[in-house]
Amino acid sequence: MSVAARAAALLAAFLVVVGVVVFVTFYYIGSARTQLAVVHYTASGGQVNVALQEDPSNDSATKPNWVTYYTQDPVTKNWLHTTLFSVPANTKVNVTIYGFDGCTPLRNNFWGQVQGTIGNTVTVQQFNKNNTPLGSAQTVSAINSWAACNVAHTFAIPGMNLYVPVASPNAQNSKKNLCSTFPCTPTSGGAYAQETFSFMSPSHTGSFRWQCLIPCGGGYLDGNGGPMQTLGWMAGNMDVVAS
Amino acid sequence: MSATEIPAADTVQAEPRHGWRMFAIWFVLTVPACLIIWFVWYPHLPPGRMSDAAKHQQFDIAVLAVSAAPVVIAVLLYFIYAIVVWRAKPGDDSDGPAIYGNTKVQATWIMGTSAIVLWLAVFGTLELVGPAGAGAGEGPSPIWTLAGKQSATWTPGTGTMLQVQVIGQQWTWSYRYPQFGGFQSTELMLPLDTPVTFHVTSLDVIHSFWAYQLGVKADANPGVDNVAYVTPKALGSVTVRCNELCGIWHGAMFNYGHVVSQSAFESWASGVQAKETSDGVLAALPAYALTYDPTVIPQLGKSLVTIIGITGSPGYYYGPGNPVQP
Repeated sequence: MSVAARAAALLAAFLVVVGVVVFVTFYYIGSARTQLAVVHYTASGGQVNVALQEDPSNDSATKPNWVTYYTQDPVTKNWLHTTLFSVPANTKVNVTIYGFDGCTPLRNNFWGQVQGTIGNTVTVQQFNKNNTPLGSAQTVSAINSWAACNVAHTFAIPGMNLYVPVASPNAQNSKKNLCSTFPCTPTSGGAYAQETFSFMSPSHTGSFRWQCLIPCGGGYLDGNGGPMQTLGWMAGNMDVVAS
Repeated sequence: MSATEIPAADTVQAEPRHGWRMFAIWFVLTVPACLIIWFVWYPHLPPGRMSDAAKHQQFDIAVLAVSAAPVVIAVLLYFIYAIVVWRAKPGDDSDGPAIYGNTKVQATWIMGTSAIVLWLAVFGTLELVGPAGAGAGEGPSPIWTLAGKQSATWTPGTGTMLQVQVIGQQWTWSYRYPQFGGFQSTELMLPLDTPVTFHVTSLDVIHSFWAYQLGVKADANPGVDNVAYVTPKALGSVTVRCNELCGIWHGAMFNYGHVVSQSAFESWASGVQAKETSDGVLAALPAYALTYDPTVIPQLGKSLVTIIGITGSPGYYYGPGNPVQP
């Protein structure tokens, strides 16, 4: 084989290897993200309303025992099993999180402090399994999950310094009274907590990852595997798009 | 080359003195290279001069670069010289002359490499223990003298060391300041010209605390208090990254610290301490300790001892068999 032929063969082999790497990267790894639906929230009057819920289990066929977040489609009001959503830039984002999962103590109780919301507070209302409010709604700047076990998960966007403890249903009241039909609704027979807060989206566009800071991946080492490390469950992205 | 192919003596040209040639070329290349490294590159080398540790790391990198440049140039020069000067002429398939050893070359090689290795060992050791540590985990009792006094309180201008606990967890950092009531913050705030002791630990897997511009890098291991020291010498921002692959968002596990004046730091610390006292966060935190066992929450066991089934065994995150690998 001539030198030119050998050089051509070597170049061809090199290009094949590069092609395989590029294919694997973009086809398999890239497609993992696009399989999840992205919920787009559009602003009205300079504000946008985002609704999430976290459930103790879910309606998936493969991982029904994993704890998960759901995101509500603003048009159809259906709950989608995704944690990807977008909001406009420089907009007031009003978030409502329905907490249907039971309490789990924070590993680091510092995350019970509300940070990054407007006023650094959240407003919490607990309901029993009959959808009846328990007491009145409370606006608080911290939830001590070690005092009464009243935090289920957190909603944290570290890139925005936003850390919000998500209230759980009343611990005594929700014992054996958690929702069992997924995605849950206030009338599906489980105790829950409704939490609302607002924050300003960044003035620039970009993708901000969000996560739960409670190691809630039961059955995995340190509780940090499974749903904790999987997009669409207890971790997601908030895309900030041009307003 | 066979014996019959040995050319007549009168046809052999005198070989030029290749060694001296290469030395001359090497010298001409090496001197300006070292000068450029020292005077042009050195001031821009990472991690900068924001702390005493960073300054010494920059110095070390510059010295090692100047030490390596002559060696690199010598290797490349010999490589190129051999290709150019000793390449085979077209049609010349004969062997080169046999080599039976060269005492000068061997002695020069042994002495040169020995000198380089000894220089690196001595310089590295002196720099590691001499100035103020390497900015890595050096333990609570380093062999060099601490830059300040250890104290339970911190006051500006007194020469006491500021204690900062760095807590890593998937996938964010938080910081505790035990000399200010043990308040915790997502912000790393440091006072200028103040010796700082970092106590680095983790609540879950292994992380690595890397305050880049300060030249500090210390592993954050669960159940371990890894101690590192630094004295910030310039105002500005510090990038804090995790430098140990720790899960899906390892790459996003970073935030920014700030070096501020001592008075600004004291004002900030007092303010955060007062806020966390008033909103109950400080009381909710565990007592300050060098390490934490996050699976045990005594307060929870006392208050919720009857709620088995929601949180596993009282006082624990999960039951005895959980969490485990599936």
